[in-house]
This record gives sequence, C-alpha cells and structure tokens, in this order.
Amino acid sequence: MFLRTLTTAGAVTLLASTTVLADGHGCTIGARVSIVGNEFPAIQTVGAGAQECSGAEVSTNLTADHQEINVPGMQGNPAEYTSAIIANSSIVALMNADVIRPLDDLVEAHGEGLNRNQLITIGGDVMAVAFMANAQHLVYRADVLEQIGLEPPTTYEEMLAAAEAIRAAGIMEYPVGGAYAAGWNLAQEFNNMFLGFGGQHFEPGSAAPNVNSEAGVQALEMMLALSEYMNPDFLTHDSNATNAEFRAGNVALMNMWGSRAATLVTADGVPQEVVDGFAIAGPMTVGGGDIPASTLWWDGWTVASNISDEEAEATFIAMMNGIRPALMEDEAVRTQAVWLIPGYEPTPAAVGVFAAAEMGTVPYPMLPFMGLMHTALGAELSDFMQGNESAEQALADVEAAYIAAAQEQGYLQ
Amino acid sequence: MKHRTFFWFFLPTGLAMLLFIAAPIVSVVMQSVFAPLEPVLVTVETCTPFSCVEETTIDQVATRELRAERPLGRFVGLDIYLNRGHLATTEVAEAWRSAETLGAFFDELGDLPFYRAMGFTLTYTFTVTPLLIILGLMIALAVNTLTQRLKGVVIFFSLLPMIVTPLVGSLIMFWMIDNRGVLGNFISWLVNDPDLSVKASTPMMWIALIVYGVWHSAPFAFVVFYAGLQTMPEDQIEAAQIDGASRWQQVRYIVVPHLMPLVTFVALIQLMDNFRVLEPIIGFNAAAHAQSLSWFILNDLGGETRQLSSAAATSVMTIIGVAILLSPVLVRTWRDFKGKM
Repeated sequence: MFLRTLTTAGAVTLLASTTVLADGHGCTIGARVSIVGNEFPAIQTVGAGAQECSGAEVSTNLTADHQEINVPGMQGNPAEYTSAIIANSSIVALMNADVIRPLDDLVEAHGEGLNRNQLITIGGDVMAVAFMANAQHLVYRADVLEQIGLEPPTTYEEMLAAAEAIRAAGIMEYPVGGAYAAGWNLAQEFNNMFLGFGGQHFEPGSAAPNVNSEAGVQALEMMLALSEYMNPDFLTHDSNATNAEFRAGNVALMNMWGSRAATLVTADGVPQEVVDGFAIAGPMTVGGGDIPASTLWWDGWTVASNISDEEAEATFIAMMNGIRPALMEDEAVRTQAVWLIPGYEPTPAAVGVFAAAEMGTVPYPMLPFMGLMHTALGAELSDFMQGNESAEQALADVEAAYIAAAQEQGYLQ
Repeated sequence: MKHRTFFWFFLPTGLAMLLFIAAPIVSVVMQSVFAPLEPVLVTVETCTPFSCVEETTIDQVATRELRAERPLGRFVGLDIYLNRGHLATTEVAEAWRSAETLGAFFDELGDLPFYRAMGFTLTYTFTVTPLLIILGLMIALAVNTLTQRLKGVVIFFSLLPMIVTPLVGSLIMFWMIDNRGVLGNFISWLVNDPDLSVKASTPMMWIALIVYGVWHSAPFAFVVFYAGLQTMPEDQIEAAQIDGASRWQQVRYIVVPHLMPLVTFVALIQLMDNFRVLEPIIGFNAAAHAQSLSWFILNDLGGETRQLSSAAATSVMTIIGVAILLSPVLVRTWRDFKGKM
C-alpha cells in the first residue's frame, strides 16, 4: 500500500511541482519560526528550505540531542521552539507532554499539495506532517560475498552462515556490524529481532509488559550469536561507530538505517574496494517468520501549542517550504532519504526501505508507554550480552524495571 | 561583632543561600514524593504513512483537567525511594530470603540498578581519592625542587589535564583504548592476546575509568599542595637536615603534617566530586559496565521517558550519600576547631 501511494504521488508530481514553480520562492512569513530536530542530511535539507522564507527570522537547532531539548523547549509559554522535527517514537513524548497543536485548520489553509498519507492523524486530529520514511535493512559488501560464493542473506540465519564463511576464509575476523551500544541502540536491535520472532511488547490492550516470552528469549539468543562475529567492543558501538567500521573495510554485513545507508560511502578516505563493493538489500527475517526483523519509521514535523496563532501559521508555511515538491528535482536531495513528498522518484539507495515496506515490516509502536519499555530494555540487556546472566533473567529484569517506571508515571497500578 | 551588625552583614549571603541552595533542595524533595497523575488513556484510530491502526494514546483534554485540579500530582510518599529503580526493598528482602549463600545474595544485589551503581561509585571514589592525593603530593614535591626557570613551564603542563574539558579528555582516552587504538593495541601486545578488548571487559573498563579519574583530578591536588609547600617554614627543614633526617623522613615527619589541613580539604572536595562521577561514564560510553547515581539522573531526565520523580529521588539520595561520605571528615574538622577554642 505504501508503494502504491508513492507511485500515485509520482503521477501527481507534474501538477504539484508546476504550481510551486509558478510562485518560485515566494515564501513570506509574518512571525518568528524556530525549529529543533535531529541532524542527518535529509533533515538539514528541510531546515535549510524553511530558512529560505523571508519576512521574519527562521532559526534552526538541528542536533543529535534533539530529544533531550525538544520537550523542555516547548513547555514554556511562549515556547522557545515553534516546531519540532520528530519521528514516530519521539512524537509520543511531545504528545504525552501536551506541547503540540492539532494542524487541521492550517492544513486546510496552507496544506495544498500534501499527500493524504503525509498527515499523521491521531483520533481524527492531524498532529504532524511526515516527509520521509525510514527503516533498518541489510547493507553488505558484494565483493566479499562474491569471494565466498554466497548470495546476500535474506534471513539472520543466513547472515550467521555467511559470517562464519567469511571468517573461515580468513577475509575478516569480525564480519558483522551492529549498532549494539548499550542504551537506545541495543534496545532498538532487540525490538527488531523480537518483532521478527512475532513478539508483542505489551499484553493486548494494556500497559502490562510481555517481553519475557519465547520470542524474547529467541531474540536475545540470536543477538548473542551475531555478537560472536562482531568487534568485541560492540556494546560501545552506536550507528556512527558501526558505519565507521564499515567504511574502514572491517565489516561486510550489517543492519543499518536507510537514512544513513544512502550516504555511507560518500565520506572522505573510504577505500575504493569498499565504495565499489557497497550494496543495499531489504531487511532480513528471522526464525522462519515472514515479517522482517525491523521496524518502519517516519520523520515529520509538528507545531508547538504554546505559541501565538500567527507564529503557528508562519511555522506551518515555512515548514511547507522546507518540504516543497520542487526540492525533489535535485538528484542529491532525492538520494538523501525515502521522501514522502509528491514528486519523489526512488533512487537506488532507497531499495532497502522500499523492501521493508513491501514485506510488511511493523511500524515502531506509537504507544505512550513505549519509551519507558525502550529505556528499560536499553539498560537491562547489556548484562546478558556480556554473558553475565541468562536470557530469562535479563528479560525478567527488563519487565521489573519497566513496571517500576510505568507505576511512577501512572500507566500501571 | 555586635549581633545587629552581624545580622546585616550576613543577610545578603543568607538570602542567597536560602534562594539558591535551600529552596532547590526543598523543591527536589517535594518532587521526589509526588508522581505524575495517572493519564487518561483512550484508544483511537492512528494513521501514519504506512497504515491506520487502533492505538492507545493519552486523552489530552481529560488529562489536562485532572492536572489542573492537582498540579503537584499524586502523593506517593517514599514509594519511589523504595521501588526497584532505587533502594528496591522488596527485591532485596526477597533475595535475602531465597539466596543460600552470601555470594548468591550479592549476585542478586548486583542485578539491581542502585546497588550495581553503588558498587562502582564507591570503588571509584575510594580508589581515585587516595591515589590522586598521593600523585598530587608527589608532583608538588617534585616541582618544588625544580629551578625557578623550569617551574612555570612544568606547572602549566601539570595543570593541562584539569584544563581539558572532562568530556573531551575522556573521549580522547576512549579512542586510545579502543582495540584498534594506541593504548588498546599496546595492552593486547603486552599480554599477547590479540582479541583482548578493554571496552568489552568490566574490570578493564573500571581500571580505565579510575586511571582517567586520577589523571583528571591530580592537578587540583597538586596546585593546592604546591601552594601549601610555599608556606613551609625553612628552619624546620634545616633543623631536620642538621639532625641527619633523610629526604623521606623530612617528607614523612615535617612536610606531610604541615600539609595535613590541605589534605583534608582536597579529600573533602574530591570525595564529593568522585561520588558524583558522570563525565567519564559518558565519554567512555561505559554505561554497560559502570553506572553511577548521576548517570541515573541524566538517564531519567533525558530522552523519551522524562521520569522527573525518579530523578528527584536519586538526587536526594546523592545528597544523603555525600553527607554520609563527608561526615567523618566534618566531625574531625569540628573536633579540631573545638580543640583550638
């Protein structure tokens, strides 16, 4: 369905982009705009687009620490930030804190040219406008797999076999890369694997945890098996460090974010064989399941509630300028992400995320208590990964830590 | 000084202390005994680029009304202090009942975040503090013997570790101990084990953090001791030399007793600082191996969870911890003070 909407979007391109071209950069705003968001190429593009507006000041604060500052920066009245660029996990924190406003009237007035599927609607209210999709998927070295005569893996079991073959052939000692840094990254890798084994984080219709299950144990065992083929420092490797390992030619197989894969080998000093051998494939399944061990993500922007209506309108107009279809004419911008913007035509870098969507990957849950679960996973799983305790014990610890946090926040009695 | 004069003299300081020290502590204590109200949850249709599903969310209108009625939240007393994230009284009692040996009990204890963090924090505090005092004293004695011309340069270089921002300093060392880094490679060559990884081993990580802690704080001790050495009465040293005291005996019986009040001062400041260890854990990305109370506070406040009550409870426990650590030193200072009166 995702793919179909995108292709229809392609068909509307002509129409949309001509209207935008007609009024050129005629973006004028009447009040201040201040944007906070994550820092990767696609978001830089959106921020720069918003800053092209004239008439009032548009400032951006794009940083990897955006989640630490967006809620405090929007809780004041008037709010420091008039817009936060967020993803499906981080919008929950903003909604829990009640700092973003419904956008229905603004979409009505200034939202021409938006696709229906760009509107994030919660209980009938538009709460965010999405501009790109993201997912973790396989990134590999085609030249290395060719040497050992194997196809790119489609399951994690095949990935293990390929890793063993690469090691046995003496090509690489630690051929698997993984963002397994203790904390957010480790928890996210668990989420992927857990969903791949058919797990559910919570009891249906409740906030009670449900990770200490067969799927949970299988997920942890698979992660431990993979870690045997990773650099021994894996618990300190986040996405940046894992990418550095791949760029250095130390890693042949890894599960990586689509938004980072596109520009992976464009950095300076990447050896030629890494540039030539670099290839992207869809996410892998695990344990014979059909749903990939990955999650689907969208990135979008919101408008703060504690600001005047003039500022909200100016923010909406500026952000619309940051995601205008005319941007899609630039090849470099198209490569940066899987855009949901009308007029986007997929580039080869997008195959991984498209495959993820087609294979029915589960979107990352937007539950109010998911952040607490993610944090508990990140803190408690490292003991198991170091071999200090059993999978069951680690998962029992996760549930206990989550319950303590959820009781404090009032989600559980 | 007349009481009246003293009152007016002290008033500005007293007010500032009330405003900037007492009030925040009261506020933190308040926050730690209140928790957020139970949010009103509703299930609504949520549409994203991928699909529309029924998903649980917070009913903002209803929750807003609840919050307006009781802005402080719900009173939970000491619940947060006693829950699993902090003192974990239920879990500790359970472990005590079920564990067969003392070792098994401590294993269970090490599985609870607070006790695991205390294990590291106390080890760190009680190794780093004495080591940095000894190292600082050694540097001060060495520098003091140099010629005037060399002193300036040497003092500047000795101070560098303290000038470098802790996060940057720890990050640089983190790269050096990487198993592809300079130090990491050297250590694995030393023990002849190519697979050795400092970052993957808890004891090695603790040692790295402790070494960093000593390296970072020794200059502070050095500066204080060096200043103390300038007030050293020459005649005592000369008298000792005439009596035939060796260099070691001079240090042991004259210099160290003379510097003792400064040692107490440095110990006091450093016990406090080291108990709140945070930057090296972040810089070394060491959260999997070592945690501290300050790290918990940061973790609770940051990201998507924002557990203010939990962070407040940990803060109060940090204050209590520092007070306990400092009590022997404070009692001693009080006794000395009384003795002098």
